[in-house]
Amino acid sequence: MSDIQYLPGKEPHPCEYRMIFKNIDRAGWDPSIDCYLNDGGYEQLKKAIKMEPQAITNEVKASGLRGRGGAGFPTGVKWGFIPPNNTKPVYLICNCDESEPGTFKDRYIVHQDPHQLLEGMIISCFAVGAHTAYIYMREEFPEAATIMEKAIEEARAKNLVGNDVLGSGFDLEIYIHRGAGAYICGEETGLIESLEGKRPYPRIKPPYFPAALGLYMAPTIVNNVESLCHVKHIIEMGGGGYAQLGVARNTGTRILCVSGDVQKPGYYEVEVGKITMGELLNDVCGGPKEGRTFKACIPGGSSAKILRCDESFTIGQGDAEQSLSFFDIPMDFDTIAACGSMAGSGGVIVIDDSRKISWILNNLNSFYAHESCGQCTPCREGSMWMKKISDRIVGGHATPDDIQTLEDVAYQIDGRTVCAFGEASSWPVEAIISKFRDELTAETSEDNDDLSEEAKIQLQFISQ
Amino acid sequence: MDTPTTFPPFAVTAEIDADADESISHYPADKKRSAVLPLLHIIQRNFGFISKDATLWVAEKLGLEPMQVHEVVSFYPGLREHAPGKYHFRVCRTLSCAMAGSAELMDRLCELTGIDRSQSDSHHNPIAVSPCGQWSVEFAECLASCGTGPVCMVNDDFHEEIPADKAQELLNQYKA
Ligand SMILES: Cc1cc2nc3c(=O)[nH]c(=O)nc-3n(C[C@H](O)[C@H](O)[C@H](O)COP(=O)(O)O)c2cc1C
Ligand code: SF4
Ligand code: FES
Repeated sequence: MSDIQYLPGKEPHPCEYRMIFKNIDRAGWDPSIDCYLNDGGYEQLKKAIKMEPQAITNEVKASGLRGRGGAGFPTGVKWGFIPPNNTKPVYLICNCDESEPGTFKDRYIVHQDPHQLLEGMIISCFAVGAHTAYIYMREEFPEAATIMEKAIEEARAKNLVGNDVLGSGFDLEIYIHRGAGAYICGEETGLIESLEGKRPYPRIKPPYFPAALGLYMAPTIVNNVESLCHVKHIIEMGGGGYAQLGVARNTGTRILCVSGDVQKPGYYEVEVGKITMGELLNDVCGGPKEGRTFKACIPGGSSAKILRCDESFTIGQGDAEQSLSFFDIPMDFDTIAACGSMAGSGGVIVIDDSRKISWILNNLNSFYAHESCGQCTPCREGSMWMKKISDRIVGGHATPDDIQTLEDVAYQIDGRTVCAFGEASSWPVEAIISKFRDELTAETSEDNDDLSEEAKIQLQFISQ
Repeated sequence: MDTPTTFPPFAVTAEIDADADESISHYPADKKRSAVLPLLHIIQRNFGFISKDATLWVAEKLGLEPMQVHEVVSFYPGLREHAPGKYHFRVCRTLSCAMAGSAELMDRLCELTGIDRSQSDSHHNPIAVSPCGQWSVEFAECLASCGTGPVCMVNDDFHEEIPADKAQELLNQYKA
C-alpha cells in the first residue's frame, strides 16, 4: 500500500492502519466506479457471489466484527437472527444517519468512496438473502445522496446491482432514502418507522427486533455504514485473517473521530485496542491546546459517559485486576465499558480546563431535549426538565438542591423508556454529576432559593 | 410571516409528478406510504416549504389521510411549514461546534443580515428570516463534521471551519 499518496496536509498519522479509510483524501482518487475498479474494486464481490451465503455469514462471525454504529453488537450474530423458516422478503438497511454528536466518519465514506460501501452492502445482501436494500441517509448529506445515487447507477451498468448480479441469479435493488433532520432516525427501529413513512417513534424490543420484525414487519438487517464496509475486507482477508487485526474480542480497525480541545482534531483509523487514550490524544492529536491541560473526555459519542482525565479505574477481577489511569485506557469496546463508559460510535470529544462543565452539560441537555421523539413520558418530560435545570445552573440561578433534582430526574429516565435514547440522554447527566459534583455545586447558591413556580411543581413529582 | 418570499407558489408540474412516481416505485406497491418523505423533499426543494395544499396533494397521491402526512411534516426539523430565505443558513449548535464558536457565528450572521432571532426557539419556531426575505438562519444539531467546526449549511452547500470572523466572506458567496 506504500504507493498510495494522500493529499498534502491530509496524510494519515503513522499510528494509523488505513483499511476502511484507505481512499479517503487519497491523491488522484475520485468517487467514480472506474477509479474504484482500477484499484481492485468489486473483486471481493466476485469472490463472495460464488460462496454459499451461509459461508459468508460464518466468515463475518469468525471475524468478530462488532457493529460500528454504537452498540458494538457482533454483526455475524445479528445476521443469524433472521428466523430460519422465514417466508417474507428480507431487507437490508444501511444506517447512514450519522447523527450521534462527535461522530464524523460515515460522511467521508459516502462522499469519497461510495463503491466501497456498495460492495460491502451487495455482499451483505447476498449473505442474508435481501433483494431490496435501503441506504437511510440523513437529510443533511444532500451531496452524498447524489454521489451514492450515481454510484448505484454506475454499478447497475456493470451488472453489480439489478437483476442477476454478475450472472449469479441473485437480484438486488438498492435505494437511497433520505431522512429529515431527526436524531432519533439513527435508532434502528425509529429509522424503520421513518422509512415506513411515519413519525420515527422507536418500537419496543422485544418483540420488535428488526432481524425478525423489521421493515414492513419482515426480517431486516440494519447495519452502520462502517460496519458494512468491513464486510468487504472480511471476504478479502477471511474471517480468521481479519480477526488478527485488533485485540481479542475487539477485532479489526475502527475510525476514531476526535473533536474539541486538541491540537489536531480529525479522523484516525486504528486497530481496535492497539492504541491508548494517551497515545491518541497526545501523540496522534498533538496534545492539548497551547497552555491548556486536558480535563475530561467523552469517549464514544455524546451519549457515552464522560471520563475525567485525572481519573483512574480498577478493571478486571481476581488475578486479572488492574488499575488503569485515564491515559492508559486502550481504545477497545470492552475496556472502555469496564471503565464505566462506552466506545459507542467512536466519537471522542475532548474538553480542556478552559471549559466549565456546566456549559458542556447544558449543551448536551439542549441536544437531547430537542431530539427526544416524545413517545415516552420519562424521556420527553425528563429531557426537557434536565435542560431547564442546567439552564438555571449556567444562568447562575440554581440552588444546590437543583443538582440533586437533576440527578434524580436522570435516574428516573434511565431504564424506563422504549428506546436507548433514554440512556443516551441521562447517562451524560449522571456521569457529569457524579464526577464534577463540586464544580457544579460551586455554581449554585442557597440564596437562589426562591424556586420558580415550575420548579416547585416539578419537585412534587420527584420521589424522595 | 409576511416577509417577501423568493419561492414560487405550490403547483404540480409534469416533472414533479414524474419525480414523485419515480420515488414511489422504490417501495413495494402496497407500501406507498414509505414515499412520504421523498415526496415532501421534492416539494420542499421546489417550493421552499410544505404548504397545506402540498400536504393535501401528497396525501392524495399516496392514498393517505392528510393528517398522516401532516404528522410527518410537523415532526421533522428538516421539513418546514414556512418559507425560509432564498439562502437558508443552518449553523451547527452542538457541543464540538459550540466549543469552536458556532454561537458567535450565528450572532454575526444575524448581525450582518439584519435577522432578529429573539422570537425563535429550537422547537416551534426555529427559523428566523431577514426583513428582505433573502436570508434566514436556524440552529441545526450535529452535522457530523465535529472535527472542523464551526460548520454550517447554506441551502444544500456544506461549509466547515467558519469562525465568526469569516461570516462576511461566507455571505459574499451568496450575494443576492
Ligand atoms: C438514539 C440512538 C441514535 C443512534 N444513531 C445512530 C446513527 O446515527 N448511526 C448508526 O449507525 N447507528 C445509530 N444508532 C444505533 C442503531 O440503533 C443500530 O444499533 C445500528 O445502526 C446497528 O448497526 P451496527 O450493528 O452496524 O452498529 C443509534 C442508536 C440510538 C439508541
Ligand atoms: S426513549 Fe425518548 S426517544 Fe426513545 S422512544 Fe422514548 S421518547 Fe422516544
Ligand atoms: S458538533 Fe457540529 S458537526 Fe458535530
